[in-house]
Amino acid sequence: MAKVKKQKNLQRRKAIAGYIFIAPFIIGFIAFMVMPLLESLRMSLSSVTIYPGQGGFVLDYIGIKNFKDAFLVDSEFNRFLTEELSQMLIQVPTTVIVSLFMAMLINQTFKGRGLVRAIFFLPVILSSGVLVGLEYDNSLLSGLEAYITENSQVTSITSVLEQVLSNSGFGTRFLNFVYDIINNVYNVVMASGVQIIIYLSGLQTISASMYEAAKIEGCSAWESFWKITLPMVSPMVLVNIIYSIVDFFMRSDSDVMTKISETMIIKMDYGFSSAMAWVYFVAVMLIIAVFSLITSRWVYYYE
Amino acid sequence: MNKTKTNILKSKTRKERWDQFVYRNKLSHGYLLRKIIKDKVYKFFRAVLIFGLCFLILQPLMNKISLSFMQEKDLYDPTIIIVPRNFTTENYRLVSSLISFWRILLNSLFIAGLSSLLQVASTTLVGYGFARFKFPLKKFWFACVLLVIIVPPQTISSSLYLNFRFFDVFGIIKLIKGSSINLQNSIIPYILLCATGMGLKSGLYVYMTRQYFRNIPKELEEAAYVDGCGTFSTFFKIMLPDARPILTSCFLFSFVWQWTDSFYAKMFLGNMPLLSNKLPSIVMLLNDYYVSIYGSGQVSTAYGMMMTSTGMLMAIIPLLIIYIISQRGFVESLSQTGIKM
Repeated sequence: MAKVKKQKNLQRRKAIAGYIFIAPFIIGFIAFMVMPLLESLRMSLSSVTIYPGQGGFVLDYIGIKNFKDAFLVDSEFNRFLTEELSQMLIQVPTTVIVSLFMAMLINQTFKGRGLVRAIFFLPVILSSGVLVGLEYDNSLLSGLEAYITENSQVTSITSVLEQVLSNSGFGTRFLNFVYDIINNVYNVVMASGVQIIIYLSGLQTISASMYEAAKIEGCSAWESFWKITLPMVSPMVLVNIIYSIVDFFMRSDSDVMTKISETMIIKMDYGFSSAMAWVYFVAVMLIIAVFSLITSRWVYYYE
Repeated sequence: MNKTKTNILKSKTRKERWDQFVYRNKLSHGYLLRKIIKDKVYKFFRAVLIFGLCFLILQPLMNKISLSFMQEKDLYDPTIIIVPRNFTTENYRLVSSLISFWRILLNSLFIAGLSSLLQVASTTLVGYGFARFKFPLKKFWFACVLLVIIVPPQTISSSLYLNFRFFDVFGIIKLIKGSSINLQNSIIPYILLCATGMGLKSGLYVYMTRQYFRNIPKELEEAAYVDGCGTFSTFFKIMLPDARPILTSCFLFSFVWQWTDSFYAKMFLGNMPLLSNKLPSIVMLLNDYYVSIYGSGQVSTAYGMMMTSTGMLMAIIPLLIIYIISQRGFVESLSQTGIKM
């Protein structure tokens, strides 16, 4: 009897200690996540008036007018949103696939692997925050290029190549498609720093004996990729898909994001901006839900 | 098998080795030759691919470096691609005086350092709590951590902004002072957010530290408990020193992201000049500068671009230095000791 009581006491003490450890998070979550979330939902349903003198703001309930404005009145929001979504549908799968590929490359042993790893993780620094906005699509030089084209005939090797190819008789639409993909390679590589790290941590947990056994059984490298590597890293694929989606939607040069913060900080239209933010949030959640439902079907947990 | 191996080791001249190889190849019906060729071709293509990818990542950086040492007339010379003809460091001087570089560097260091320290401290505590203790509603709270990762900060930004503009804790402050406090343009919102694990990407760090602590063997703690260590002293004396790799990588991530973050900075620190705030406005400042000197100022796009790239380089250099110093720890701790998701 006494023993059982002691056990319970220990359990309770542990539970209390656990709660003390996560207390900062609980406080922060309620104060700076749940409450603002609810409040911004309320704001999106009302018009916000600010009285700086009396120290406060007043919300007048106006129903779904803000949402109606966002979809029906505002000229940009719909376009930005659809553009963003269609861009995401291309960018996220390519990022997830390319980063898996890059992670597999640097998981192999070769001379100078440390250096190559260091370079592959550089995008974590180079494509963060405000830097992406300043240098989207390597546009730093496009201004220069325009100027040089005015003064001389030739800008770069690639543009000459493009000219030659466009005279060669291929369909222009096909060529444009190829150019788009090639131009996008840079963005994809720059967006895949963290994903590579996540994949690499997954690849390292696969034991080499598995590959050896497969090899002895007569498995080719191609087959062992599909039968061993991919199932073993499939949990990371799910994590990476979610991470890439979130990362894509929150990058600082996204049109919707810019519009929301401009509406808020410059135009001070808090109701409208929170309505747009909520539409965006719901869209992101829906997409994450759809993607993770689809992928979680073939995620394989090895235990 | 063993015999041929010793034979290879013994044979020293090229001729002998070649004969040996031909012999072995014959024995394997040409398989050896095919395999070697396949291997070499594969290695060649891999090297090309790796080189190409590295080039792709480094090229913009190289480009910026060479641009930042050029004079304006070099930009319009199509024969100059990489090496500037008129080498100059004037750009650096101009940019650093335009954005008063050293002062905002200190500001940025202070803000990024402080907030990432707080962030790491709070997220380590929370991550440890999630990894090691059983308590009711644990799954629910962890789902909340995942929610924090997913919710775009823009969704709550308007409400957060107003809340810190008219800061009040359940009306207590209003009772005492008569009005709410304006916390805008102070670093208190930063401190509050980071210390409660709600800062920039905090959810991710909670997740990472939790995964790390879960992989540390439980026996370590149990031994400490048996020896009479309390819960908290176990954490500080046993677990924290063990978790140094993940702490450093969390700190570095957090530092880098705070350094370049302009969203929270714009929202809470509008008046405080930071590197991330000032970078986008370099062209504008340059224009003003030209107006003040020459009367009429219209800076060409190319020149503005050059200045922006110089500024970006100056902003990245501290990060690059930190990265190069801690690169081993950063990369290896994440990939080897492993965050197992």
